[in-house]
Amino acid sequence: MSYTLQQNHLDGIENILKDQLPQVGIHCVLFIDMAGNIIAEYEAENTKHDIPALAALSAANFGAVNALAKMIGEEDFSVLFNKGERENIHFSKVLDEFLLVCIFDNEVSLGLLRLKIAKAIGKITEILKS
Amino acid sequence: MAFINLKKKEVQVKIVYYGPGRGGKTTNLEYIYQKLSRRIKTEMVAIKTHGDRTLFFDFFPFEMGKIKGYDIKIQLYTVPGQVKYNATRKLVLRGVDGVVFVGDSAVVRREKAILSLENLKENLATYNKDIFQVPLVLQYNKRDLAEQGIPILPIETMEQDLNSELKVPFFEASALVGNGVIPTFKKITAMTIASLEKELK
Ligand SMILES: Nc1nc2c(ncn2[C@@H]2O[C@H](COP(=O)(O)OP(=O)(O)OP(=O)(O)O)[C@@H](O)[C@H]2O)c(=O)[nH]1
Ligand SMILES: [Mg+2]
Repeated sequence: MSYTLQQNHLDGIENILKDQLPQVGIHCVLFIDMAGNIIAEYEAENTKHDIPALAALSAANFGAVNALAKMIGEEDFSVLFNKGERENIHFSKVLDEFLLVCIFDNEVSLGLLRLKIAKAIGKITEILKS
Repeated sequence: MAFINLKKKEVQVKIVYYGPGRGGKTTNLEYIYQKLSRRIKTEMVAIKTHGDRTLFFDFFPFEMGKIKGYDIKIQLYTVPGQVKYNATRKLVLRGVDGVVFVGDSAVVRREKAILSLENLKENLATYNKDIFQVPLVLQYNKRDLAEQGIPILPIETMEQDLNSELKVPFFEASALVGNGVIPTFKKITAMTIASLEKELK
């Protein structure tokens, strides 16, 4: 079994990743499914992350935290945020099947970032539902 | 569930090595990684305990080449085999396209293999997947134990225990030295891709 997304949907999602999010300082952003498949990605030229491993670990990590949520009676956690000394990583669930992963450094304003991510998720959701 | 990217003409496929604890799943992946290392640009990811038991999974991606004009990208995973890690095992199985079941040939591990296969069936069912439908290959690993005087099960017994209903392809292996690892891997990739091929236009 497999699934696919229409070309215009993929184009739309890719455009959001590369036009909307890097302008607030996100230097790597992935749109993946919960199995760890990469649907769309954007990476700034000077960063070089291991994208497939990032996707696999993100999906697994999100899955694990959500299994924990259910155990303590939470429906789920739709957002996860890990803060580091220099780099940060932000996960947000999109519909039930997808995950938006954003990596950015500490130069970035968190408020603005959250706003942009929320907007991007809104647009991606619209695309996926259309 | 494989993701077919029509824009990039690319297919992403997930293959999971399943089986009882200490059966040799990680050893299979390590051998494949080492054999393919020239073609893989990244490190193998291993989330494990200090004692080298898999805690969550081992992982590496690998590019198979083209089929029907599509780039085939395979993602190989192992699960943690220890019974207590079922929650994480289930997570790794999400979206699986093909499974290798690695069973231990040692006589003393007989029951563990049977229970683990039963557990695979149950966990697949939680994702509405039927073990009879999913591309599946069995591997009877650690055949070399006999040389060290450790009693192993005859292949016929393992077939009877594990494969009498499934009737899927099986391979004998000694993953530690690499025997049977590549044939198992080739078979599961071929079966998994064949199961998707009709969806590639
Ligand atoms: N003699 C022998 N030992 C093997 C073989 N394959 C694996 N082993 C050994 O068995 C032990 C367990 O192997 P792993 O590959 O870590 O087993 P696993 O299935 O990943 O185990 P978990 O991560 O706990 O689920 C290791 O000490 C391996 O070296 C084999 O073919 N023959
Ligand atoms: Mg292991």
